[in-house]
Amino acid sequence: GQCGNQVGCRFWDLALREHAAVNKKGIYDEALSSFFRNVDTRSGGDGPDIYKGKICSLKARALLIDMEEGVVNEILQGPLRDLFDSKQLITDVSGSGNNWAVGHKLYGYQYRENIVEKLRKTAEHCDCLQCFFIIHSMGGGTGSGLGTFVLNVLEDEFPEVYRFVTSVYPSGEDDVITSPYNSVLAMKELNEHADCVLPIENESLFDIVNKIHQMISSGKLGSTVKQNSLVTSSAGSARTVQEKPFDAMNNIVANLLLNLTSSARFEGSLNMDLNEISMNLVPFPRLHYLVSSLTPLYTLADVNVPSRRLDQMFSDAFSRDHQLIQADPKHSLYLACALLVRGNVQVSDLRRNIERLKPSLHFVSWNQEGWKTGLCSVPPVGHSHSLLALANNTCVKPTFTELKDRFMKLYKKKAHLHHYLHIDGMEQSCFSEAISSLSDLIEEYNELDATKGGPRTDPSRLEIAI
Amino acid sequence: MSIVTVQLGQCGNQIGREVFNAICSDVHGTHGLCSKKENESYRDACKERFFCEEETEVPVARAVLVDMEPKVISQTLSMAARSGYWKYDDRSRFCQKQGSGNNWANGYSVHGPRHKEVIMNLVQKEAEKCDRLGGFFTIMSMAGGTGSGLGAFVTQCLRDAFPTSFILNHVIWPYGTGEVIVQNYNSVLTLSHLYQSSDAILVHENDVIHKICSQLMNIKQISFRDVNQVIAHQLGSVFQPTYTAEGGLHYSRNPLGIDWQVQPPSRLLPPLQPFPNRPLHFNTSIANLVILRGKDTHGVDLGSFQDPSLYTSWLNPRDAFNAWKTPRAFNKYEKSASLVSNSQFLLKPLDNVVGKAWNMFASKAYIHQYTKFGIEEEDFLDSFTALEQVISSYTIL
Repeated sequence: GQCGNQVGCRFWDLALREHAAVNKKGIYDEALSSFFRNVDTRSGGDGPDIYKGKICSLKARALLIDMEEGVVNEILQGPLRDLFDSKQLITDVSGSGNNWAVGHKLYGYQYRENIVEKLRKTAEHCDCLQCFFIIHSMGGGTGSGLGTFVLNVLEDEFPEVYRFVTSVYPSGEDDVITSPYNSVLAMKELNEHADCVLPIENESLFDIVNKIHQMISSGKLGSTVKQNSLVTSSAGSARTVQEKPFDAMNNIVANLLLNLTSSARFEGSLNMDLNEISMNLVPFPRLHYLVSSLTPLYTLADVNVPSRRLDQMFSDAFSRDHQLIQADPKHSLYLACALLVRGNVQVSDLRRNIERLKPSLHFVSWNQEGWKTGLCSVPPVGHSHSLLALANNTCVKPTFTELKDRFMKLYKKKAHLHHYLHIDGMEQSCFSEAISSLSDLIEEYNELDATKGGPRTDPSRLEIAI
Repeated sequence: MSIVTVQLGQCGNQIGREVFNAICSDVHGTHGLCSKKENESYRDACKERFFCEEETEVPVARAVLVDMEPKVISQTLSMAARSGYWKYDDRSRFCQKQGSGNNWANGYSVHGPRHKEVIMNLVQKEAEKCDRLGGFFTIMSMAGGTGSGLGAFVTQCLRDAFPTSFILNHVIWPYGTGEVIVQNYNSVLTLSHLYQSSDAILVHENDVIHKICSQLMNIKQISFRDVNQVIAHQLGSVFQPTYTAEGGLHYSRNPLGIDWQVQPPSRLLPPLQPFPNRPLHFNTSIANLVILRGKDTHGVDLGSFQDPSLYTSWLNPRDAFNAWKTPRAFNKYEKSASLVSNSQFLLKPLDNVVGKAWNMFASKAYIHQYTKFGIEEEDFLDSFTALEQVISSYTIL
């Protein structure tokens, strides 16, 4: 969809920038091969993959899907055009009309074979396929409907490969009236078929962008900020044209994905792979929604100004300003928390900060030390260190309850339902099942919340006769 | 006698490299404050134990490197080679790409059986290079997926393939707070399985080593490298050649000859009186080994280590205590002493880990991640039972 491809475009741009900063010799290495293929284009067209040696032509390991052509065409005409070839695209012309049913049932059925074939092709190029990333928005028709259809296909065709989904959730004032329908219908699919979901809200991205603008323009920073260190910036990347309005926000999401995969790509003293994230942060299969926060948002260029203390970075990760959804994990219940640190940070810094922050956070009784940590030696571009915090926390509940309320408002009046029901394969039960799935999820979070602050009774241990 | 080291997972490989480094730098350091002849004898014993001598190149460590992801092994191999004093055999490694995901079941039930043949072939090759095989030394952490799960499986395979060899498992006890959220599950499963095949489990706790770094060594920003180097230093001080009481003129042939085979009291013995006035949380021992290196080792009075009150009432201190010595100093320390102890000191950490794991198990959290790979709730219960028995046995000492 539109959102997915726009975020994706920023992601590939920043990924190239990150690898270029680390890989000075232009050798195609293991780190690069996680996201890119190295193709021999000298013989013209699509040559064979080259697994070692110099970089010839990099191709992104990606599938770009959109039911209208505008966004994908722009990518193909822009500075990233060489990253993709025609076999990685699935497009149509008329769009999904912000209708989940059109995306999921109509286009899903129509394009299933095409999707499976192209997925197989990209998977074949991989030595060892560990994970699929889906980037989409929940409120529209393509990303939401066709996106979740693809999620189903991934589970059917590649059951052992992890499915991580980055979903942009609509805000209350979203201008797409039917976004609650689309989102709730998509949620059911995410509940049942995703391994991990990273929900993102535009409001939070917008607030972060504003915060940065304010800091820069108010002169509070005192000295220049390293331009390429801004979590919102495209500086140093391939894109030289004027930045588009959503670029800054999309860069934040792109940085999220880069940080998430940094320890899998680069070395460190305590590696953290994607399957470890799924293992440690998902205690029960359906509770796989993770709240993410990124720090720092920028770094100062002036070496005379002491860099923001390391500990401040950890504190920031737990402040509302840095969360990518409107949520308050500090006042809700943690089921698990992961800290992925990049750069010149050692285990003692990690331990000191965990000890410091622990007392103010509420962890579920059976996971009082529920911390998963990773140390990656390579920092992001422009920074000396950075931190990504992923929390499985009941604070996602309000996001879901609000979504449910908005859905019910429309559903009770049967508003716009006919647009969905006249699509082949759509029935009233799709709606009732979807809302029921969401309600069950909310109830699971409620049950956990009820245990918060209650008396702690540890189960009695096994007794052994000598 | 030679030892074959098996390095498992990120932790195992990172520590393994530091151990060989420490041993090598001890041997190559300026003379060990003793006679040249003594020094040469020491060096030869050490080399036979840990390294394979190739004619033109630097000594090659007798080791097999195993990991389910490639980055750590690559780093380990290149850092070793860069030292110029020793290296690993490039072919003595096995690695995959996808990792174990901190999942013990993945390491034990999936990777283990799948790669058993290849890994055991590598071990067999190393074993065959030894004139006399003393035993195996495995290094792993309990918290993750490869070292712990695959490590437990490999230990079992070692036991099956070499029924009479000595197997010493070096296990890293993770930090109490967070390295890995499911570390307590992984630890319980690892220990209960190791108990079935291992001869001895040597433990280092990250929290304790961390304190050594901060309080004794005054390191400000402690890295895993610092922690690993302390561990390597301690291991070196135990494994480097010594003379045992019986050995006399030659460096002891059996480096791992710590005899931990302790018989529990038989019913026929009259019950001995428990020691009066022994404080409640006294650390009772079953066996202690003191290793002295450097100057004046012969004059040292070790009588206090044979105090009966240190040991459980059904043991004679003379059977429970051993001392090994060498005049050759270790790593330039003029005098050094090491203590290896089989006592109640691990009771509290073990009880802690089992308690937390049990707590989590009661809520069934994360269990689906293990059943996905074939470890069922009954397997967990078996492991809990086994460890509660160990805790009991140590408690009543």
